[in-house]
Amino acid sequence: MPSRTVSHGASGRLRGLFLVMVLVFLEGSVFTVAVASSDQHSPITAHSGSHKATDHGSHNNTGKAFPVLDLNYENVRVPFEISLWVLLASLMKLGFHLVPHLSNIVPESCLLIVVGLLVGGIIRGTGETVPPVLDSKLFFYILLPPIILDAGYFLPIRPFMENLGTILIFAVVGTLWNAFFVGGLLYGVCQIGTESSSILSRIGLLQCLLFGSIISAVDPVAVLAVFEEIHINELLHILVFGESLLNDAVTVVLYHLFEEFSGIGSVTLLKGFLGVISFFVVALGGVLVGVLYGILAAFTSRFTSHTRVIEPLFVFLYSYMAYLSAEIFHLSGIMALIACGAVMRPYVEANISHKSHTTIKYFLKMWSSVSETLIFIFLGVATVAGPHDWNWTFVTVTVILCLVARVIGVVGLTFIINKFRIVKLTTKDQFIIAYGGLRGAIAFSLGFLLNKEHFPEREIFLTAIITVIFFTVFVQGMTIKPLVELLAVKKKQEAKRSINEEIHTQFLDHLLTGIEDICGHYGHHHWKDKLNRFNKKYVKKCLIAGERSKEPQLIAFYHKMEMKQAIQLVESGGGIKMPSAVPSTVSMQNIQPRPSTKPAPERAIPQLSKNKEEEIRKILRTNLQRTRQRLRSYNRHTLVADPYEDGLSDLFLKKQKMFQIEKKLKEMNTYLTVPAPPPDSPTMCRARLASDPQAYSIKPASNKVPMIQVDLASPQSPDSVNLLDEFGQANQQEEEEQGLMMKPPSRPREAKKPSEEDEAKDQQRLMRCLSDPGPSADEDEDGAFLP
Amino acid sequence: MGASQTRPEHNYDDLTDKSGFSQEQIKNLYQRFQQLSGNHEKISRDDLDRIPALNNNPIRKQIITAFFDKRNQHQNDVGSLDEIGFEQFLMVMSHFRPVNSTATEEEKVTVRKQKLRFLFNMHDTDNDGIITLDEYRTVVEELLSQSGAIETEVARSIADAAMLEVASTNVPHMAPDDFYEGITFEHFEQILKGIEMESRMSIRFLDMNTATMRCGKLSS
Repeated sequence: MPSRTVSHGASGRLRGLFLVMVLVFLEGSVFTVAVASSDQHSPITAHSGSHKATDHGSHNNTGKAFPVLDLNYENVRVPFEISLWVLLASLMKLGFHLVPHLSNIVPESCLLIVVGLLVGGIIRGTGETVPPVLDSKLFFYILLPPIILDAGYFLPIRPFMENLGTILIFAVVGTLWNAFFVGGLLYGVCQIGTESSSILSRIGLLQCLLFGSIISAVDPVAVLAVFEEIHINELLHILVFGESLLNDAVTVVLYHLFEEFSGIGSVTLLKGFLGVISFFVVALGGVLVGVLYGILAAFTSRFTSHTRVIEPLFVFLYSYMAYLSAEIFHLSGIMALIACGAVMRPYVEANISHKSHTTIKYFLKMWSSVSETLIFIFLGVATVAGPHDWNWTFVTVTVILCLVARVIGVVGLTFIINKFRIVKLTTKDQFIIAYGGLRGAIAFSLGFLLNKEHFPEREIFLTAIITVIFFTVFVQGMTIKPLVELLAVKKKQEAKRSINEEIHTQFLDHLLTGIEDICGHYGHHHWKDKLNRFNKKYVKKCLIAGERSKEPQLIAFYHKMEMKQAIQLVESGGGIKMPSAVPSTVSMQNIQPRPSTKPAPERAIPQLSKNKEEEIRKILRTNLQRTRQRLRSYNRHTLVADPYEDGLSDLFLKKQKMFQIEKKLKEMNTYLTVPAPPPDSPTMCRARLASDPQAYSIKPASNKVPMIQVDLASPQSPDSVNLLDEFGQANQQEEEEQGLMMKPPSRPREAKKPSEEDEAKDQQRLMRCLSDPGPSADEDEDGAFLP
Repeated sequence: MGASQTRPEHNYDDLTDKSGFSQEQIKNLYQRFQQLSGNHEKISRDDLDRIPALNNNPIRKQIITAFFDKRNQHQNDVGSLDEIGFEQFLMVMSHFRPVNSTATEEEKVTVRKQKLRFLFNMHDTDNDGIITLDEYRTVVEELLSQSGAIETEVARSIADAAMLEVASTNVPHMAPDDFYEGITFEHFEQILKGIEMESRMSIRFLDMNTATMRCGKLSS
């Protein structure tokens, strides 16, 4: 049986691959034809336009044949081509995963660049001019924001804040060092190393410095693309990634500074000083703009309880506005976007519905994924298209200098930083940080933006930038994975967010804050605690609607876990046997403290049964909505033989159903910790979302039981869901909301108690029967009791 | 603030050995000790209670108790003290020292065990070596105590679920009649192995003299 499925899978993949290739070829040919014909069309459109006019006029007279089928490409040209590009990108993504083993060796970014090269080559081969696709406007306003917003919205706040100092030092000081080192030495090489008549010697110092500042910034897109596949530990990931995000401020300032200086041609000390000031303005201003828009978004989301459908739109709009507003003032748009996403997230997620939450997640992942693919493809195309001026000296010196500067910078800075860190950075860490400094499309776009008059050497710059990008993405990108394996760098731990860890994380936070207070110095924990309290007291009240504002984090986390379990249970249809990492027969009964005075056989019955009843009712209430109606009748008082009912078969049936429920509950309650799925390629990781049932990967386990594995949300502040409100609404509004209900815990208890003793005894027997996993369990289970 | 300080200089060396702090750190902590105790030799529970910043801490009682718990003195003793001297103060603080980056793996494991033991002792209030369900419930209730009107039922269900999880990861196969007594130290280690204790459970002890130490006695 297993071998057949494997071969089936393989042939299925090959078939899929074949189909994709056919589609791609078709599309590619349509595309080139479209590009070719579009150029031919333009001179003709004028004629055809007038032709049509006369046609209309003379229509009645000449009696021409009515054009049943007409070709008019011009009208749809732009949207059509855009769609074709996006389609190509998506098909490529599909194709890569169908080719076996390819995505393990070569990172996706490399493959996409190659595809771009091919497409550019094909277009050029057909004799047409390659469209300048990596237009800076397109890049900065359309392609880049989704990626950054995705990164900012899902930024793991805790590790980011803990390492903020390190990240800032790397981003600011590191980038400055790189820029000046590369720019300065390049100038030196140009002046000294070449003859005075060569073109290189004409490059001024300022131009070199500008080039240095463009090339020195680590690129978030490239880092994301590569690091997502190698799954290194959280610390390194956040260090490199945080650096790539925060160095945007430095890049923006340096770029504008040097650009203006080159235009003017002279630098004064005052201007230099103003440059430093402008750095702070750019960085802090960007963050401020972002925070402002974030708060606005959070506040808006407070009132969206009646129009749930447009909730995601607010998130996207406010973030994009933050980006654009920052760009108006030449502030750092990237930092604005990050700040906006990070600030609004906890409040928005407390306010919006579960569906909106999923929508936001999916849309962000989708857009950022498509953007990233397009960027790399365009990079390839632009390489073929762009005007090039290859200069061996310049290019090789640039590449070498970039590498050297990065290594020296990282080592030097780490030496200083380690004096202040509790967890020091080891040599291995430093190597990965240095090696992970990839350049990408931002550098290229910035180079593209250069003005030709001020920079006659623009083409040399562009060629060098592209070479560096290719080098870092291909060489470093491809080799970083084996190097990580070789150096045995600590990998990302599977996020097994258990409730015990959550409890103890909070406990530790309070403990350390307390110890700091006793010690008397205001450390890290003290300020964090103060911020949390401020947040709870004032901010949450403003920005979160209704009762959610008072919900403590632990309870929110717990509800989220229950919800996940419940969804899992319902999605699995109740029929499939739910596996666990640790198959366990432990149930609530095993841990309830029994009153220690009485010996085993005759337990203190009334007390135990009341506990059990409460337990069962609570579990049933919170986890099995669908059966709630049916099960309401299965409370203590009808499970046991109703003195007025003599249908023994009915009783037996009910007992069986209870048995099944209890079994599932037992199994379910042990699944509060669920292992994460094996690491996947980045796109699958990004597309797979925590609460999305379709994303479960089913792989055969050794004991032939289909395993369903779930990866839980990353360990951040719990993104709770506004269950009460939404389902309250749902009840009234939408009938098809077959979701799960969580009733508030304080439900009035029915207090009918006929002969307690009898029922208690029966209850106990029932419990004993239920918790015994008898052999008949499996067969009965398939008759799923969930309707 | 600067009352006469009888600093027993000769004690510092063996204090350094026992606790692992540097001379500077011990000096700073001694100053703080003087502040808290009002220049007496010993600190009582009230002294610690008076620290205003601790008022907002939901687990302040447990923290203060931990200082007076003999089990945290590395001396295989049980029970609690009424007052502690500087040396005991230092011993408790030493649990929060960050581990040296140059430490070997075994040293890291020892330090980790030590810190986990401290946590365990905080939960295991009756000192029977296990954290029972009631004790765990108390922990969760205390954690949630600052958050306003929390229904005890929710706190209890969280504690129950957590206990269930510990039981099922550590003792997977239990017959229906078995009773899981409570979390032993080994089980405790097991469930918290995802958290890197040696780095998480540490605070920075200052080497230099800080001027920001606020005296706990002054009404703020």
